Amino acid sequence: MTAPKEIGPLLAFATALRRAAFPVAPDQTIGFLQAVELLGPRGIEDIRQAGLALFAIPPQRVAEYDAVFRAVFFGQTIAAPAGTTEDDTDVMEVTGAEDQAEIADDTRESGPEASRSDAEGTRLIGVSEDAALARFSAEARTRLPRRKVIRREKARSGDRLDLRRSMRSAARFDGDVTSLTYRRRKSRQRRIVFLIDVSGSMQDHSAPALRMAHKLVQSVDHAEAFSIGTRLTRLTPALKLKAEGAALARASTAITDFDRGTRLGDALWAYLGVPRYASLARGAWVVVFSDGLERDRPERLEAATDRLARMAWRVTWLTPLGAPGRFNPETEGLKAIAPHLDALEGAPDLAALTAHLLTYRPGPTVPTGPSQF
Amino acid sequence: MAVRSHIAGIDSPGALQQALRAAQYLAEPQLAIAAYLALALGKPILLEGQPGVGKTEGARALGAVLGRRVIRLQCYEGIDAAAALYEWNYPRQLLAIRQAESAAFNVYGPDFLLMRPLLQALRDPTNTLLLIDEIDRADHEFEAFLLEFLSDFSISIPEIGTERAVEPPIVVLTSNRTRELHEALRRRCVYHWIDYPQPDIEAQIVMVRASSVAEATASAVVRAVGQLRAEPLVKPPGVAETVEWAEAATLLHHQGATWPNAFLQAIGVALKDHDDLQYIQPRLAALVPGDAL
Repeated sequence: MTAPKEIGPLLAFATALRRAAFPVAPDQTIGFLQAVELLGPRGIEDIRQAGLALFAIPPQRVAEYDAVFRAVFFGQTIAAPAGTTEDDTDVMEVTGAEDQAEIADDTRESGPEASRSDAEGTRLIGVSEDAALARFSAEARTRLPRRKVIRREKARSGDRLDLRRSMRSAARFDGDVTSLTYRRRKSRQRRIVFLIDVSGSMQDHSAPALRMAHKLVQSVDHAEAFSIGTRLTRLTPALKLKAEGAALARASTAITDFDRGTRLGDALWAYLGVPRYASLARGAWVVVFSDGLERDRPERLEAATDRLARMAWRVTWLTPLGAPGRFNPETEGLKAIAPHLDALEGAPDLAALTAHLLTYRPGPTVPTGPSQF
Repeated sequence: MAVRSHIAGIDSPGALQQALRAAQYLAEPQLAIAAYLALALGKPILLEGQPGVGKTEGARALGAVLGRRVIRLQCYEGIDAAAALYEWNYPRQLLAIRQAESAAFNVYGPDFLLMRPLLQALRDPTNTLLLIDEIDRADHEFEAFLLEFLSDFSISIPEIGTERAVEPPIVVLTSNRTRELHEALRRRCVYHWIDYPQPDIEAQIVMVRASSVAEATASAVVRAVGQLRAEPLVKPPGVAETVEWAEAATLLHHQGATWPNAFLQAIGVALKDHDDLQYIQPRLAALVPGDAL
């Protein structure tokens, strides 16, 4: 094995990768050291190749990997990576353990709900919104998408005979098959990740969307809510509070980028850059409620959406700019991401938003390879 | 983790690359390095890439180089442990029960065990190579199940006991990247992204795979395919399509078709989507100039 002095830069490289939001586990580092030793190494390229293979660097992050590699082994300045980490502070999380008193004392008027009392909020919201939310609460558990799990359960009818059970039953009657039992795959409610755009252009729509997010988190077992604008904020712990007013007040307090600009690409990359957040999207239905008015380059938003689409079960983008139903994008950002979405529809009000969630029926999966579209 | 620097006479990435070439698989040096490291470190290798770049073929070639039988587990949505591990042959058990009448016998004996690919590889790790193909098609639950298998290389069969591989079997996983695989699975593997080969390598692949194809034809097809891949197609042609297009055009040429008409007539071998064909049709003649031959 290589002497400890010589492996210093290699260990530093693994640490630097971790800092750049690459998920590097200790056993991967050990494998990397062994791989470098196996290859000689005959040159610096061997070390690079060993890292690519053992740290499992996906093709879209090779440029970032190379930047870290050059920084460690050639002392070059590292450019800001595309994905951001929790340490980069563009990520906020509301901790569910905060004191109620602390919220009451917090008088920051960072969001539309923050400075309003529960009663005021209720007065401002129309009856039709309440009706839509009530319907959503009542029907969410049964009508939101479910997924089949690998386990099967005994059933009167199903797609497969329960041969084990049938055989054991037959064994009791000297091999005579007297009854057949079936098995079918169990189902479980599919996780929903709800991303709400809280930028200035969504001023009139973000508050109702937050109400719906609260109902969503309250109604189903697997739901996550985040706000996106110029930063990413996890709202789920706040929305777990049963009382709507308290939940929205806490969520609004946490959202410090209400009514500000829009950097959707950055916010989505921030989401993808935190492994525990990104893992929530894996196999989930990701619903983004945003007008898609991106100030940054659309390529960045497109790349983030593409990555999100690869991880998620389906990605739906709902925009308040269009009437309910299929939406034809006009903005650069929405045009760029449209091919990566499973649905792009208008949802001008809460009724349309809830109706879409309750009635969504997915089409077949469309592979989104790098060379497509 | 046991490190083996020599596997079946292969002691370096260069030697593996040469051996793969002898098995008619032209691997780029980076792939040879990743495959060598996987063999040496006793880890599975995860090959990702667009459909048709040669991932499955690479696994088969590796099996041929190592002199091992390739056991293939084709993944699909809904695949479960019974399809991957083992099943009891229930109809046979029922028949045996009826035949035995009152005589005692072991209803969970080896005669009634249907071994599926994972168990086959586990029981004979020194002579087999396990290919888990298109893992991205499988459910997340199956991916999680594979984590356990790839960590311990052991399987518990309630009626028999725990089966453990005497040595880690050689495992190749492939993915078309229609979805992201879980980090935990990637972490357990040596990873390599297979891109479309460089034009000169692809021309060599065509020559190796289709001996009837002339060098000029191979180069022209590779150039045309390169341009097709740069277009926004639903299904860009893979390496297999390149080889088949060159073969098909050569066949038509031998039957009297002139260049470049032979290429144009055989386009259905390269593009297999109606929208793609309609999209490319107006510019197809420009992609395959006759004077290139």
